[in-house]
Amino acid sequence: MKYAYYPGCAGKGATPELHQSTMKVVEGLGIAVHELEAFNCCGAGVISEADPDLAYTLNARTLAIAEALGLNIMTVCGTCQGVLGGINKKLQKDEALRSRINAGLKETTGLSYGGTVGVKHFQWILVKDFGVDKLKRFITNPLTDVSIAPFYGCYILRPESATGFDDWENPQSLEKLIKAIGAYPVEYDGRTKCCGFPVFLEKQEIATELVEKRVGSAKNAAGDAMVTPCPLCHMALDFCQKDAEKIHREKEGPSRLFDMPVLHLPQLLGLAMGYSPESLGMKHHLVPAAPLIHKIT
Amino acid sequence: MRITITIRRFNPEIDVKPHWENYTLEVGRETTVLLALLKIKDEIDGSLSFRASCRASICGSDLMMINGMQKLACRTSVLEELDRHGHLKIAPMANMPVIKDMVVDMDPFWKKLKAVTPYVVRENDDLPVQSEALTTIQDNLENADACIMCGACLSACNTFEASSDFLGPAALAKAYRIQVDPRDEIRKNRLETLQTENGIWDCVRCVYCVQVCPKDVAPMEQIVRLRRRSIAAGFTESIGAKHITEFTKVVGKEGRLNETRLPILMTWGNFKKMFQMIPLGIKMFIHGKSPNPFADPPAGHEAVRAIFKGRKK
Ligand code: SF4
Ligand code: SF4
Repeated sequence: MKYAYYPGCAGKGATPELHQSTMKVVEGLGIAVHELEAFNCCGAGVISEADPDLAYTLNARTLAIAEALGLNIMTVCGTCQGVLGGINKKLQKDEALRSRINAGLKETTGLSYGGTVGVKHFQWILVKDFGVDKLKRFITNPLTDVSIAPFYGCYILRPESATGFDDWENPQSLEKLIKAIGAYPVEYDGRTKCCGFPVFLEKQEIATELVEKRVGSAKNAAGDAMVTPCPLCHMALDFCQKDAEKIHREKEGPSRLFDMPVLHLPQLLGLAMGYSPESLGMKHHLVPAAPLIHKIT
Repeated sequence: MRITITIRRFNPEIDVKPHWENYTLEVGRETTVLLALLKIKDEIDGSLSFRASCRASICGSDLMMINGMQKLACRTSVLEELDRHGHLKIAPMANMPVIKDMVVDMDPFWKKLKAVTPYVVRENDDLPVQSEALTTIQDNLENADACIMCGACLSACNTFEASSDFLGPAALAKAYRIQVDPRDEIRKNRLETLQTENGIWDCVRCVYCVQVCPKDVAPMEQIVRLRRRSIAAGFTESIGAKHITEFTKVVGKEGRLNETRLPILMTWGNFKKMFQMIPLGIKMFIHGKSPNPFADPPAGHEAVRAIFKGRKK
């Protein structure tokens, strides 16, 4: 089992702990990865708003590089998965589109994509390729008595035509992984909804309001922490939590605090595999993970 | 087959707040949620209220929450729902004021639609319409004309959930529908009004509208088309527009996004906004989350620059 690992801009930028914990956990599990060191941005759905063909070409480059290596791609970001995976599906299905994009790609980079690569999120790899039962054998520090609120975010689920792993109405893969590490998956409203990240710079009020709803609902369901497969969701839920707390206290009373650690999926698994919080990059969080760490040690 | 349906009931004349009630009934393989509701109304409780008319996904009146998702009752199978979720729970459309049981007040939906001037405006309606004009419309409609005004998209819209004044997916899809109509004479003005607060730049791109729409109108994609048209028409000053243009520029130069540089470029000159970002910027820096804005571009940037150059040609 070997993958071309696509770290994504966030993993190499504002959420270095995602890359750090991913490397730790794949090594521990014996999943071989070849890091795509010269990778480019998937466009995050933003570049396609400017120029769809440009977004196709950028992602075709990534796919062509993995194809030359003879490897499927592993993503660690829900947004990268939605964009790169969705474009891959379109390029595979639509030959006319593929040859149009290949013409430009070949001319500018010498590469060309034949349509044979699979794009899988780390979360899907664990559930399907690796297997939940096998994962259980690596759990040395089961997180019993811990309640985890799974937060999927948008692009790992929607549109269905781009993703197609979980049932978008009732996804279960995070729940399966949470159970595998001995913890309890919290049921709450909002696990498949938006974190607000895309309008964080344009309309902070909307982003903050959404974070209040998501964290508030996870909190009301007695979650000890949230876990997400998307670093952009992590950023919104982590960065906006203090501002969201103000709205929450107006709604629910002044004693209501927001102190919900928001973990990247590999960080949560890493804790259950016995790695130290430091080695998983927990110090990079704005909302400290300390209450959770305290509970499990 | 005997099954149980759980329905959220609310009658403002007797109930203080909504409550759930179970109904057990016989259903067949072909039973839709609407047929089940009609059966409950006929045989168990005549006071159950819901809207329905055509029974064939054309009138758009029986939209409700079925197992937490916006669906037309007339095209949702009872047994498939039970299979998918293990239970069948029915409630009125989320994020809308409830009048009674499944009946909601659609007023917010109609108001938003009206706000985009959802019809062709012409000074002189007697002028003949060019046949080429009609062909252009057909070519650009992108299914935006297929809306049956069921309200599913607005009810599921995550921006609407947080900001009730947002124009919303259906109205914006309609705005796109009119925007591609060359007979319309107020296109530039309409596009301009969509730039403001509560317009196209407020969409958080949650993709819910695309997923729940029973007619594949894909409102978010119509919003993206409106955004593209806005930038092409010169409406480039909003932070939303800059998000697109500056993001693309940063990637075009460096191959990847630099999360420190993008916010600076997007808010450049907008001192209030820049000021707002400072506390977070400092926190990110302290926690080692700010990529160096002056770092050398990473490996792979030459290839990306070449791709961008090729596209410009
Ligand atoms: S994609 Fe935009 S318009 Fe559509 S539901 Fe989400 S926020 Fe609303
Ligand atoms: S766009 Fe689709 S979901 Fe929205 S009102 Fe129209 S038909 Fe219903």
